[in-house]
Amino acid sequence: MTTASEPYVLNIGPQHPSTHGVFRIRVVMDGEQIQDLDMIVGYLHRSMEKLAEERTYTQNIPFTDRADYLAAMSGNLGLCLAVERLADVEVPERASYLRVIFAELQRIASHAMANGTLVSDAGAWQTPLLYMFREREKILDLFEMTCGARLTTNYMRIGGVAFEPPPEFWPALRELVDELPQRIDEYAQMVQGNEIFIARTRNVGIISPEDAINGSLVGPALRGSGVPWDLRKAEPYCVYDRMDFEVPVGTIGDVYDRYMVRLEETRQSTRIIRQAMEAIPEGPHKTDIPLALRPEPGEIYGRVEGPRGETGFYLVSDGSPAPYRFHIRAPSLINLSLLREMARGAALSDAVVTLGSLDIVVGEIDR
Amino acid sequence: MSEQPAIVKRQLPATPMARQIIERGTLREQAARMPFAAKVIGAIFGIGFLIANAGIAYIVVDGRLDGMWYDFRDLGYAIERLRVELRTVDGTIGGQELGAILAYWVPALIGGIGILSFLGGFLLIGSWIERRLLARFQIRTGPNRVGPYGLLQPLADALKLMQKEVLIPAGADRMLFYLPPVLIFIPAMLAWGPIPWAENMAYLDLNVGLLYVVSITSLSVLAVWLAGWSSNNHYALLGSMRTVAMMVSYEIPISLALLSVVLVTGSLRLSAIVAWQADHYLWLALLLPFALFTFFFSSTAEINRTPNDIAEAESEIVAGFHTEYSGMKAGLFLAVELGNALLTGALVATFFLGGYTLFGLEEWIPGYLILGAKATFGYFIFIWLRATLPRFRIDQLMNFAWKYLIPLSIANVLLVAIEASIAARWDAPAIIVYGLFVIVNIALTAYAVRAWARAIGYAMDVEQPAQPIFAKTIGGLKAARSLRGEA
Repeated sequence: MTTASEPYVLNIGPQHPSTHGVFRIRVVMDGEQIQDLDMIVGYLHRSMEKLAEERTYTQNIPFTDRADYLAAMSGNLGLCLAVERLADVEVPERASYLRVIFAELQRIASHAMANGTLVSDAGAWQTPLLYMFREREKILDLFEMTCGARLTTNYMRIGGVAFEPPPEFWPALRELVDELPQRIDEYAQMVQGNEIFIARTRNVGIISPEDAINGSLVGPALRGSGVPWDLRKAEPYCVYDRMDFEVPVGTIGDVYDRYMVRLEETRQSTRIIRQAMEAIPEGPHKTDIPLALRPEPGEIYGRVEGPRGETGFYLVSDGSPAPYRFHIRAPSLINLSLLREMARGAALSDAVVTLGSLDIVVGEIDR
Repeated sequence: MSEQPAIVKRQLPATPMARQIIERGTLREQAARMPFAAKVIGAIFGIGFLIANAGIAYIVVDGRLDGMWYDFRDLGYAIERLRVELRTVDGTIGGQELGAILAYWVPALIGGIGILSFLGGFLLIGSWIERRLLARFQIRTGPNRVGPYGLLQPLADALKLMQKEVLIPAGADRMLFYLPPVLIFIPAMLAWGPIPWAENMAYLDLNVGLLYVVSITSLSVLAVWLAGWSSNNHYALLGSMRTVAMMVSYEIPISLALLSVVLVTGSLRLSAIVAWQADHYLWLALLLPFALFTFFFSSTAEINRTPNDIAEAESEIVAGFHTEYSGMKAGLFLAVELGNALLTGALVATFFLGGYTLFGLEEWIPGYLILGAKATFGYFIFIWLRATLPRFRIDQLMNFAWKYLIPLSIANVLLVAIEASIAARWDAPAIIVYGLFVIVNIALTAYAVRAWARAIGYAMDVEQPAQPIFAKTIGGLKAARSLRGEA
């Protein structure tokens, strides 16, 4: 008697605990092994890029909050930098420092979420996630203190930032920065000495540096594969060229490396915030610009290193107050495109962990 | 940040636990705030409690309770007395003596209702304990809204589940879909039968009790398989396939672990196993550490608890075999899972931790309380593991069973068999014989657990987890290659 197995189709999502949003993977499986997979996106499409063509540049900033809703500050920063370069707006130095502080705080918050959900995907019953949420909460409190919102901050403006942080912001920030390193060590201890976690993540979802570059991976996914590429070093914006920090790089390119790179990046972000806090000058926090800013006709591509990698904004101006074309280069979408290569031939459990390590945000993928 | 105006520093919202301490003060501060009258009343109650205890102690030492029906340390005596009384009832029914029938059925009903109501009560309080403890592990508060300290939350949950509609997926086999939530309850209840709660307090003191427990607990796989198959859902099918594979693999280490218990104690009767441990003043956990580990770990696989909860791995296959169940049918699956955790705790206590005995203390404290405490301790370990560990992958779990646990278990059985025959022939005091065996077994286990892992090629860099390296230059592929050359 011979037994033959027959491939079958499993729909993961749109409602599934580990798709990190409304997003669907159609997996062709043979037993527990994945033969092929298709990613189907678009459930969260809100037509942001088209809507943006009807609004002024400043009115478009809230869209960037809602594209990558876990890294609103970085999105704000990316759009503002692009518009400032398009319209030749000067940014006061104090505003640049404030932008760096908030972007790095956002990076820590976002990485806490990414690593926490990754460990949850590996099966730890949300304990690391909730520990990492503790510091994320404090960071969101700082955001709330400054701009009134926790998630969709809408804080950056063209030519600076919207508000000066209140006086109680600075002691709270110092307290947070002082306790962050030991908190991060705590998370590291909680997870990285765990044999089960290592067995689940080591040599899983490997992507070589060559494939990573060919697939134009960005952010921790790219650095996890061992490519030392970080826009904050390669093409410094704001005041990153004055900051002293390291770029952590993985060795194999597996899930574990991506996890460790994120963890180390939060340590480096703490360093950057501390330096920016010390060096921040007095002065105005924004330049006044006309309400309906009319840049000269032309096009621009501005990019920043967001928590998920290069967040780019391609803008075309026709001289009117609204952009003629508004395009977001979403790191999540491009990182996600390599999931097929990483997960083919692996077990279902590995695919879930690999997806978790890519740290996608569906709001940004579908826009 | 020059001079700062004098403002009230905004209190950053702390964790729920910290917030509680801020609002109510620490326990010591709460005690200091207590009014004087309350302290006096508390002191009177405390002293009265001590006096009452001294009175009980006097009666117990006096031996006046021993074997009497009102000896509440062992409810078996009361049942025995009831049976004697019932046997004297006159009359016949259908050619049989009424007294004999009553003497059989009434104690059976009382015992059955006793065990079922204990379990029902535990299912309610257990889910509250689990959620509160998990919350403490995760710096949350847990359920605290319904009733005092959220104690009525399980009742509210049960009510909610009963009100919900039970959906049947299109294409499901209706009959088979209805059966499993009921079927899975049967082995979970039956397995409690032979467990001794006190010296004369076993519901079903079978002479093959251990065999009965092993066979009954393995029955639940049928219900799980039915549930997965009849749901007409790939997630459910995957979950039940995983369960079946896991159960088949882990039955063997469980049986081998219990075999070594039988070899030492020389009996399959659970009360005899407990009595052996009480007689020798030795818990089998010390004598058979590897069997304890095997039994406990394999049980987590049998009852779907972390780190082996792959059958209902939430992040992968949603809820596994009961994905399609809703309402109280899903609630039954969850309840059985909880009850099985306590059952495993009770079995571990009986086989390895001295059951209802506690080095002579069972003379004073009712044995069923001791067993309950030990079982709850086992349950606490399960909750602890659930809050701490990630989940294995199915192939890792299978490898662990077949390559690691089973060979080591066989070696363990061999070792225990040799020791048992030595103990039978060696005419030395038991303390020397078993003291030697304890030392030998613990040392061998500590050595073998590590050495066998290395022998089958398992080398994990846990001591020194790989750390990311820091790039000195920024660049693309060329920089990556040079980095790789350096590393």
